[in-house]
Amino acid sequence: MKHNFIFHLGRFITWIRQVFSKPENMRMYWKETMRQMNDIGIGSLIIVILISTFMGAVMAVQISYQLGGQLIPKYYVGYLVRDITIIELAPTITCLVLAGKVGSNMAAEIGGMRQKEHIDAMEIMGVNTSAFLVMPKIFAAVCVVPLLVAVAALVSIGGAFAASVPTGLFTAAEYVEGIRSFFEPYNVFMMFFKSVVFGFILSAISCYQGYFVTGGSIELGKASTTAVVMSNIAILIADYFIAVLLTQ
Amino acid sequence: MIRAEHISKSFGDQSVLNDINLEFEVGKTNLIIGRSGAGKTVLLKILVGLYPPTSGTIWYDDVNFTALDKKSIRDIRMKVGMLFQGTALFDSMTIEENIRFPMDMFTSKTAKEKLDRVNYCLERVSLENVLKKYPSQLSGGMQKRVGIARAIVLEPKYLFCDEPNSGLDPKTSLVIDELIHDITVEKNITTIINTHDMNSVMEIGDNIALIHEGRLAWEGNKEEVLTSKNEILQGFVFASPFLQKVRALHAEE
Repeated sequence: MKHNFIFHLGRFITWIRQVFSKPENMRMYWKETMRQMNDIGIGSLIIVILISTFMGAVMAVQISYQLGGQLIPKYYVGYLVRDITIIELAPTITCLVLAGKVGSNMAAEIGGMRQKEHIDAMEIMGVNTSAFLVMPKIFAAVCVVPLLVAVAALVSIGGAFAASVPTGLFTAAEYVEGIRSFFEPYNVFMMFFKSVVFGFILSAISCYQGYFVTGGSIELGKASTTAVVMSNIAILIADYFIAVLLTQ
Repeated sequence: MIRAEHISKSFGDQSVLNDINLEFEVGKTNLIIGRSGAGKTVLLKILVGLYPPTSGTIWYDDVNFTALDKKSIRDIRMKVGMLFQGTALFDSMTIEENIRFPMDMFTSKTAKEKLDRVNYCLERVSLENVLKKYPSQLSGGMQKRVGIARAIVLEPKYLFCDEPNSGLDPKTSLVIDELIHDITVEKNITTIINTHDMNSVMEIGDNIALIHEGRLAWEGNKEEVLTSKNEILQGFVFASPFLQKVRALHAEE
């Protein structure tokens, strides 16, 4: 197991250097990056909105429940929802979901190309397949994932409002006051920093799993699953280290 | 010209190719034949650099291909066209985009020049009205022809074909064989075909190499196939009772 991990880590490091080599044709890479941005961004918008709405709603209800009957002012719910969303839940939950949706898709797409000899065909044409197939995906993910996370944060804060104010947990004025209290712009930086790192992790690990797939459809399925599992683990580990690094 | 010198290949403990020495001539269709599992595809993949040989050297004209770095290999590959057994056409692209892909990647031609070249290549392989279609909308034979059109779009010096007739009926196989042979002669390129189709052997086999259990068992041309006394060759070529009768008739004549 240890040897296996070291083997994959070594191969990943060697491979990622090829991924970031000079493009043969900038226009083709740009076109592919735009396609990937559309697939990742527009393609994931609905699921991100759906998840973050309920994420905010549940958070507001549970924080209200936990703070209920105490001397803490009600506007603190808005404040806590905002900061928990921005610092932790929007980047982490969104990227865990994206690892499942986008990551598995990337692994399956590249793995399918490997199995159908598309990658061999491109190699024989002289294309650097590691770069052409992977660099646009990573670049697109690093650009688009932070935008999706920003949407998730906004929608989550809105979801908390929609679930709590009409049901009388607190008033709109209390919630808005909480949202506007003790705001630290640095937390937004932390959110975007996490998003960029997580976007890189989920796309690079998923592409790696797809690129080196061998065998048939069962192996492709396994590679897709491994891509999601490994991305999720790596995102959570990175989350811890970023938290330590940026909050000291 | 492509030359393989003392090529051996092993996967772990399993030896697949043993000391293969071959020369593939320019302007000729060079066939690699042999039973399934003999090592033909591995040899072809070593020749194009998809697998590194365990030992031995591949020469592209005067260039030692096996000693090149990745960038130099890519430079050589821009002179290589390849037709895959499963065609390897990109499913999500139209036929036009498939054939245009190498030009989009490596040339600075205008859109019109590219379209003209695509049309020329399609015309060369006798296909019409397929520009906007997707590979899944074409028959197996048509897909092979598109594969050939894509392989020749950058005017390669070397053409590789892996089982070009697999899955095709005898008549379509003949058309594909003739097409590959004509392009080879017309463009004066080095063509290497990996096949176990005996019709191809007898139709277009300018040079034939028989691989048996990872070793070079016989070399010759299509005329020599019928007269050779090599037992492995005879066992491979005249495997069916029908062809054994053909050989007997040939001997009587």
